[in-house]
Amino acid sequence: MQAESVKRRGIPVRIFTEPRIDVPKWLPITVSVGAIVLALLASTLVLRFAGESHPFRAYSSIAKELFGSWGGISDILVQATPLILVGLACSVAFSMRLWNIGAEGQFFIGAFAASAIVLTPIVPPDAPRWVFLPVMLLAGFIGGALWGFVPGFLKAKFNINEVITTLMLNYIAVEWNNYFIFGVWSEGGFQMSPRFPKAAWLPRLADYAREIPQFSGITIHLGLLIGPIAAIIVWYIIYRSRWGYEIRLAGDNPKAARYAGTPIVRNIILAMMLSGGLAGIAGMAQIGGVVRRLQGSISPGYGFTGIIIAWLAKLNPFVVIIVSILFGTLTLAGREIGRAGLSMLIQGIILFALIASEFLLRYRVRIERV
Amino acid sequence: MKFAVEMRGITKRFPGVIANDQVDFDLRPGEIHALLGENGAGKSTLMNVLAGLYQAEDGEIYIHDRPVTLKTPRDAIDNGVGMVHQHFMLVPSLSVTENILLGLDQPSFFLRLPEYHQQIALLEERFGLKVAPEAKIWQLSVGEQQRVEILKMLYRGADVLIMDEPTAVLAPSEVDELFDTLRSMTEQGKSIIFISHKLHEVMTISDRITVLRKGKKVGELVTKETSRGELAESMVGRRVLFSVAKSIKEHGAAKLMINDVHAVNDRGVKALNGVSLNVHEGEIVGIAGVAGNGQSELAEVITGLRSCISGTVQVDECQISNRSPKCAIDAQLAHIPMDRTGVGTAPSMNITDNLIMKSYRSKPVSKGWSIDQRESVKFAQQLKDDYQIIAPSLDTHVRLLSGGNLQRLILARETTSDPQVLLAVHPTRGLDVGAIEGVHRLLLEQRDAGAAILLVSEELDELLSLCDRVAVIYEGEIMGIVDESEADQIGLMMTGQRYPLEDIFSEGLDAS
Repeated sequence: MQAESVKRRGIPVRIFTEPRIDVPKWLPITVSVGAIVLALLASTLVLRFAGESHPFRAYSSIAKELFGSWGGISDILVQATPLILVGLACSVAFSMRLWNIGAEGQFFIGAFAASAIVLTPIVPPDAPRWVFLPVMLLAGFIGGALWGFVPGFLKAKFNINEVITTLMLNYIAVEWNNYFIFGVWSEGGFQMSPRFPKAAWLPRLADYAREIPQFSGITIHLGLLIGPIAAIIVWYIIYRSRWGYEIRLAGDNPKAARYAGTPIVRNIILAMMLSGGLAGIAGMAQIGGVVRRLQGSISPGYGFTGIIIAWLAKLNPFVVIIVSILFGTLTLAGREIGRAGLSMLIQGIILFALIASEFLLRYRVRIERV
Repeated sequence: MKFAVEMRGITKRFPGVIANDQVDFDLRPGEIHALLGENGAGKSTLMNVLAGLYQAEDGEIYIHDRPVTLKTPRDAIDNGVGMVHQHFMLVPSLSVTENILLGLDQPSFFLRLPEYHQQIALLEERFGLKVAPEAKIWQLSVGEQQRVEILKMLYRGADVLIMDEPTAVLAPSEVDELFDTLRSMTEQGKSIIFISHKLHEVMTISDRITVLRKGKKVGELVTKETSRGELAESMVGRRVLFSVAKSIKEHGAAKLMINDVHAVNDRGVKALNGVSLNVHEGEIVGIAGVAGNGQSELAEVITGLRSCISGTVQVDECQISNRSPKCAIDAQLAHIPMDRTGVGTAPSMNITDNLIMKSYRSKPVSKGWSIDQRESVKFAQQLKDDYQIIAPSLDTHVRLLSGGNLQRLILARETTSDPQVLLAVHPTRGLDVGAIEGVHRLLLEQRDAGAAILLVSEELDELLSLCDRVAVIYEGEIMGIVDESEADQIGLMMTGQRYPLEDIFSEGLDAS
């Protein structure tokens, strides 16, 4: 009886949450889109405070700028290209619960190794494109994989925390690159290498503008193709191959993986190498397709963004592509807004909403009258 | 005061199921009232309602004849109700006293531990719960950790104590100690609710018994006036056979040969001290012993999960010790591990993925480098049907399966390939009567099909009814090997007494 009176005195509705047992297929996409819309609505307040009197008009002009032309869309995709690859890199490692925080460093070493092919030079400067690009790709992969091998080996053999080792290797990678940019490969004292020969460029659609005028200003480069191809390969490896099964098993329950007789030491090393290799390819694609030389500022923290992308995509390689495009859009929209602080703030709101919306996937919320 | 606790018409729903349906329950001061039922009958749910962890949709609770609303565990403990959960909630790196004080208002800033050590020691003395207050939790045995949980509740002033399957994790001798403690607590005016699905324990310890089945109360009995048979029938809803008929069978050649194995445990202390044992084709050999005498280390050495210092383990001609788990699997050694969720399955993977754990390397599930989706689903569906694993679909995550279903999944995976050797470690622990019967039947089937089975168990009844021979392990040594006719010696050996030395000797030699 007492219980009744307590209920009546309070608010007339009660909110219950209970864990969901199964998630309907349409729910994740609805919730994510809903979260982005809500975040944009909330951001109008921020824009208002910042003195923008017509936030919605600002949104629509940004949207027109980004999606209104092929040029805008292509810029988004160019932004997304390295993100897809580092997102995949993190997904692979996270599938085995290896916290690879070092995609950034692996990205730099991948870029370095690809540059070494051109600048050392390992492939003669007058070699054709079909020799340059595959060799650079391979070098990028191997460079990144090497940077993944070191923490993987230390983790597998001596159980050394990979969070620390991968994080530290990031600094080493950046400084290693700097050594070459400032010294060995410096072009006339500038902090950058000489421009690569044309054959070492990932071809852009814009390069063919003379033959097909519509391509003028379209900066999409061949690297964009590498992302989806890598996604398909990664998906196949993780979800269809025997090795991927072992990786997922170890990620879900390492003891069960040992019990099932999987070679855990070998798998940790291989997973870290694959992860690093993918990040390395991202580095190669970025310098081959966009920068076309080795320099310091080739990454605004792609490796770290990759961590968030992998999480938001729930480690699913195909969702990684979608999330990367979303991130590419956010980055460019931020540039349209102009004031850097403000755009970061709105990006933060959107991310926050997306991550918080996860709750709705795990719990069902009921509101009941009392 | 008539009742310490009275629950009237408790109804608790979860999505899709009614866990408790109009359940009445009462507890008299100073009594031990057992709550009996199969897994999933709603025992824990009912008590979680009383402990303030769940709120019932319907029903009333009275404590000492006063109506109460219990919204949080704190409300419950303020009303003198404390629950000791099956899974302990202790911080391993803190001391006993620190764990007991955790979350309390006093001491407020300075811990003044020596003072509290003394208080705890006094409390321990009063109820006969011995455990060093300064000891860290990780240093304690499971039985001692349970005592800490009980102390935690007593220290908070509980006079109604809910024990959720307290014996599930204990060795037989620890069970006896626990029962002594429970009795001494009731003598001092505490009332106890004892949740269990083990009939003999309920018969030993309780004054009254309430039986739940599928969320409903199906009986309330006075222990002295009932029998195991009656209880089992009302719990399961049908007659139950307590021992599965075992045919006498001549056994063949030695399949599993353990020869003078020495090994250390995780802390580097010697756990196995020259264990020698042979298991023959078509034979079940039991390992009896109080928990922590080397059983788990022995199982790990056999399966390749732990390396040994010296000695060998062989399946047929193939040496499997000090190699890898895969090597043991390749030698057709199947393993039903002690820890179903921690070792035996991957909880967030689906039923198919869990069923192919041992066969993903070989055809037809494996196809080159990849796993053949269609074949693996076919394989899993077959096992799901044959072994009656109850789940909505093959895509269900196994963490949603009940204990019995999970064990059927593991048994299906481990026995489907007709292993040469089957190592079963506590295969019936935590299962209800119906499921235990199924496990026993399956083990005997495997035996009759010619497998050599090594069964590690703490249930003496189980060992005696299934095994052809029982070996007793004590402090890492085999004290003796006996058959059914010498069963009365097992208890003695479990305390470290050796049984006719000649016997062990001949057993050790007959394979070599």
